[in-house]
Amino acid sequence: MTSGRVVLVTGVSRDLGRRFARSLAAEPSVGRVIGVDVVPPRGDLGDVSFVRADIRNPVIAKVIAKEDVDTVVHMSVIATPASAGGRGTMKELNVIGTMQLLAACQKATSVQHLVVKSTTTVYGASNRDPAMFTEDMEPRRAPRSGYAKDVAEIEGYVRGFARRRSDVRVTQLRCANVIGPHVSSPITSYFRLPVIPTVVGHDPRLQFLHEDDLLAVLRHATVEDVPGTFNVAGDGVLMLSQAVRRLRRATVAMPAPAVGGLGSVLRRARVADFSPEQLAFLTYGRGVDTTRMRAVLGFEPAYTTAEAFADFGRSLPPTGGHADRVLAAVEEQLERGAARPLPAAPASVVPHPARPATADPEGADHG
Amino acid sequence: MGDAEIIPIGTRGRPGRGTGKQPSSAARDLAAGRRARPTATEKDETLGEPTPEVPAAAPATGVQPVEPGPAPAPRPPVTTEERDARGVPLSDWLAAFQHAAREVFGDQWEPQLARLLAFLRRRVTGDYVVDEYGFDEEVTQRFFMAALRPVAEKWFRIEVRGIENIPADGGALVVSNHSGTVPVDGLMTMVSIHDHTGRYLRPLGADLVFRTPLLSTLARKGGATLACNEDAERMLRGGELVGVWPEGFKGIGKPYSDRYKLQRFGRGGFVSAAIRTGVPIVPLSVVGAEEIYPLVGNIPSLARLLGLPYVPITPFFPLLGPLGLLPLPSKWLLEFGEPVRTDEYDAGAADDPMLVFNVTDQVRESIQQSLYTLLMQRQSVFR
Repeated sequence: MTSGRVVLVTGVSRDLGRRFARSLAAEPSVGRVIGVDVVPPRGDLGDVSFVRADIRNPVIAKVIAKEDVDTVVHMSVIATPASAGGRGTMKELNVIGTMQLLAACQKATSVQHLVVKSTTTVYGASNRDPAMFTEDMEPRRAPRSGYAKDVAEIEGYVRGFARRRSDVRVTQLRCANVIGPHVSSPITSYFRLPVIPTVVGHDPRLQFLHEDDLLAVLRHATVEDVPGTFNVAGDGVLMLSQAVRRLRRATVAMPAPAVGGLGSVLRRARVADFSPEQLAFLTYGRGVDTTRMRAVLGFEPAYTTAEAFADFGRSLPPTGGHADRVLAAVEEQLERGAARPLPAAPASVVPHPARPATADPEGADHG
Repeated sequence: MGDAEIIPIGTRGRPGRGTGKQPSSAARDLAAGRRARPTATEKDETLGEPTPEVPAAAPATGVQPVEPGPAPAPRPPVTTEERDARGVPLSDWLAAFQHAAREVFGDQWEPQLARLLAFLRRRVTGDYVVDEYGFDEEVTQRFFMAALRPVAEKWFRIEVRGIENIPADGGALVVSNHSGTVPVDGLMTMVSIHDHTGRYLRPLGADLVFRTPLLSTLARKGGATLACNEDAERMLRGGELVGVWPEGFKGIGKPYSDRYKLQRFGRGGFVSAAIRTGVPIVPLSVVGAEEIYPLVGNIPSLARLLGLPYVPITPFFPLLGPLGLLPLPSKWLLEFGEPVRTDEYDAGAADDPMLVFNVTDQVRESIQQSLYTLLMQRQSVFR
């Protein structure tokens, strides 16, 4: 037996999963970290031992039993259909994978902790939403398809598991849209578009979580023993209009169906991974209350929403921002003008110093 | 080929659009010396006198052949000079700009203009803060309030009474009657409260508002949020001054014949929110809003089609088209009543429906009574 905890992390083939597994391996209280995924990770896993296994079949139970895993961190909830190889595969990985994983955990007596990375997408987005969702609120409209429905089903299975294995500490982290220079997700690919389509007449409120904060909160939830469901998001909100202005990106306002249509065209063309359920989010937005994250979970994100977004935006070249440049030029001219002594003329009749000088030759020219 | 006669076309390379006999006036002006213009009258005079100049005399006879003859000899080579290619120079622009700024902002134009520019830059770079409901204080104060203020003061000539009933700080719930076909009364209440107390009224709006394009953006920026218990309690706990219109669409969409008759006050959700948070309820009676768009009819089928609660017909709309959208200039009275305290109820009181209904009725009655009183005091609708 190794000293410390044995942690199984799913979904390590993707960048965030890999980095989380690596950072967890460096924790003193953690003895071993086992990374599981269907494909090997692209980057360096460090001290993490990688097991190539599909969480969709019962092999995962053997891995848990053999390695005597006591903590399972489920990160393999995929939001991007393109990276999974289509929506069908994505749904299967998300829903069937979670079912199998939880079934394996239920059988394994060694498992004592379960941490699930969920998302605030479960709250949906509609015009009947409260301004800030707390953890005990339900979505006003149950999701009917896509990622939101996957996550709703996953959370249902996790609740079922928590009921059946009441001795296991279960922590669900509902994270706001994770953003950062290295993140590729539907929302980051949306903001990476050179011209950002927006829904005309709507200005959604957005909350972001920095990628470093995501790793930190997962580490915190793995190491600290706090059960429950928590919203995790950076402080404050940004309006979409404000966000694109900060990015200095050009926007084009379109009616909602056109934005959806454009999104599916972009997705088919593999330009951007723009999922249809994002349309509701980009129309109505969403805010989550993070009081419990601070008070109960005891986690404090390092980045506010605005700071996380600024960090993401640093890597993007601006495509707009002409208005700001014009204003900056005017300001500069004014400062220069103020530095020069101005003719102290009354407000009413101002003989412009420059005007007559140029007016004369002009008159001569025209004869 | 024989001797083809060469017919000159144009001006033979000489500048200007002359007739062929005579260079054009522009061409002559370009020539050195700037002689006086040989107009028709001048020519007549010159005929009598001995002409000192040869070239002007020759064409003046008018019977000479096309022969250009004397023209080339005295004419110096024509040169053109490049004028200022940039049009108006930058210094002119700057001077004009400064002049305009002085006109607009007065003598203190420089700091004023600098402030305006800083504001504009903040807006275009997104460097401002909104609260968690999307309330944009800067734009509300600078644009919404500024736009609504003249309407409140000049058009409706709003008279505010009992403003001292609004607490200077801390949460409070303003409960008002709702009327006027279009919720102008909410906007006017917002601007009146802001101008008299400096506080922002945070209105609770129907979900229709947040579904409608443009309106949803403006509502959130203006400080509104959805009328639901969660948001009401959250705002009241946060110490905001929250405004509710519990009659909802039943209130604003009621026919003109039912004016100043309060409709049902919903389920009393606002009362339970106030009791839970222990904030006072300030009843507000608005007189005058009923008359701005007298609702005399409704097109229910069209309303269903559009997903709206009603499609109003007023005496002027849709008869006069866009002109019918102009509200009638009724005289408004806003009276804030004695606050109803809720902090003496214990925590479980909000879940006691009987108590909630009683408080709801109490608030409703007090608004209805002061409506009647105000109507008695009012001289006429428009004065």
